[in-house]
Amino acid sequence: MNSPDPSAGAETRGSSRAAVWRRRLPAITAAVGLLLLWHLIVVGFGIPTYIAPNPFQVLQVFIDKGALIWINFWPTMVEAMAGFALGNSIAVLLAIWFVHNQLAERAFYPIAVFINTIPIIAIAPILVLILGNGYAPKVVIAALICFFPTLVNMVRGLKAVNPQMLELMRVLSANDWEVLWKIRLQSSLPFLFAALKIASTTCVIGAIVGEWIGSNYGLGALIIEATYNFRSPLLYATVVTGAGLAVAAFTLTSFVERRVVKWSSSAVF
Amino acid sequence: MTAVQAEEGGRPASTTAISVRDLVVRFDSDSSSVTALDAVSFDVPEAGLVTMLGPTGCGKSTLLRAIADLVAISGGGISVFGRTPEQARRARDFAFVFQDAALLPWRSVIDNVRLPLEVGRSGGGVEQHAEPEALIALVGLSGREGALPHELSGGMRQRVSIARALVCRPRVLLMDEPFGALDEITRDKLNEELLRIWKETGTTIMFVTHSVPEAAFLGQKCLVLSAHPGRVRAYVDVGFPEPRELAIRDTLEFVQTTAHLRRQLETIA
Repeated sequence: MNSPDPSAGAETRGSSRAAVWRRRLPAITAAVGLLLLWHLIVVGFGIPTYIAPNPFQVLQVFIDKGALIWINFWPTMVEAMAGFALGNSIAVLLAIWFVHNQLAERAFYPIAVFINTIPIIAIAPILVLILGNGYAPKVVIAALICFFPTLVNMVRGLKAVNPQMLELMRVLSANDWEVLWKIRLQSSLPFLFAALKIASTTCVIGAIVGEWIGSNYGLGALIIEATYNFRSPLLYATVVTGAGLAVAAFTLTSFVERRVVKWSSSAVF
Repeated sequence: MTAVQAEEGGRPASTTAISVRDLVVRFDSDSSSVTALDAVSFDVPEAGLVTMLGPTGCGKSTLLRAIADLVAISGGGISVFGRTPEQARRARDFAFVFQDAALLPWRSVIDNVRLPLEVGRSGGGVEQHAEPEALIALVGLSGREGALPHELSGGMRQRVSIARALVCRPRVLLMDEPFGALDEITRDKLNEELLRIWKETGTTIMFVTHSVPEAAFLGQKCLVLSAHPGRVRAYVDVGFPEPRELAIRDTLEFVQTTAHLRRQLETIA
């Protein structure tokens, strides 16, 4: 018996897929149950559509006004992704600087904390005044909202190196650049991805908040418009679309994490 | 036999690899000063295997780290083949094996062994190195080159770290309780293999341990340190005949030797 039965492998794969679905079943049942409850409440109490639509009315909007939602989806996605890239890049570079320069950390870390304490909704108008009505203020707001969790986690991650690995690199006469490149960056990946998963959902919030203030495109603008015109089914559909974008970004980040961080993050060898 | 061969073969056995003279290591903090090592002097012959034994806190790790240029010395001198520890480190004269294997968890076995060849080139470079594949075979891990550290047992990980230490063909191997975290059976096996590797490579080895049988079994000589501050209590010739097998530990001679070492340790406590 030197060649394994190929069908046996397929069978285990198939049964593991079944196991995955069995694990997801409670969540799916709960979601469907809640949707049903929502429908029953709206219909049962005779709530008017402009206050709260039922799930089928929201679904109908996706069919009727799909194109409207779609053209407003793209700007928001682009702003969120650009903000994600910008905010996280700056956070990672600052973290690298802080880890190599204590003076820089002492000088700028408190300022980063201070900026984080300003409510994003309060900064948004300021940025619109400075940067105008285009994509720029939305991208910056999305970047700001991503920035802080990544900075904090990345600084921690770059410092959370097994001290014996640093001693090993010293015995090997490695320079700071080699220690960063060979040791610190990889060690920090589990910390970085913890932050990126938070950022992947908050960057969508940032983009939408940015669109609330003086914008006539994007999911944020559509939310404002639908609210003021009592187009509740459209409002709900837009919110669902925004949530879908955030979930997709989160799922993609988790997928990349599983591909990149293959070792067990808690173990130290 | 030509003259050159005769000269090489007849290299005097008394050449000194490591020479430590009146070594003092103090750790100063703002409020206090702790003398870890005081007036430590001894020589390690080339191609010798010296074990270091002493109670916890006697500074045996500190001594090894001072030789490896990981700890600054406060007085006296250390010479590794006539060089200062810093010069020896830059010339890759020695390699260090830590208590944890200190493998990079994201790198496969073979890439971990290659690490010393990738870093620290600015300080002189690595002209001569061993083949990583051959070293993995030497430590008995052929076939596991592609495995990640978390897929290996503790003993296997320590074998990888020994292979990594040998890749630059160091003249001295400094080992800081490398088998301290392993179970006794694995430790016995690795002790035997270390002796084999020592014979095959002709490397000078300094081996820190807190196990009396291990110190007696491995060492040609055993350096016994006393604590607070660390001083040389005794420098005992152990030197059981080659080839050594684990069975010698049941002989009367071995028991007498370990008893002698224990008495040296007890007079400290």
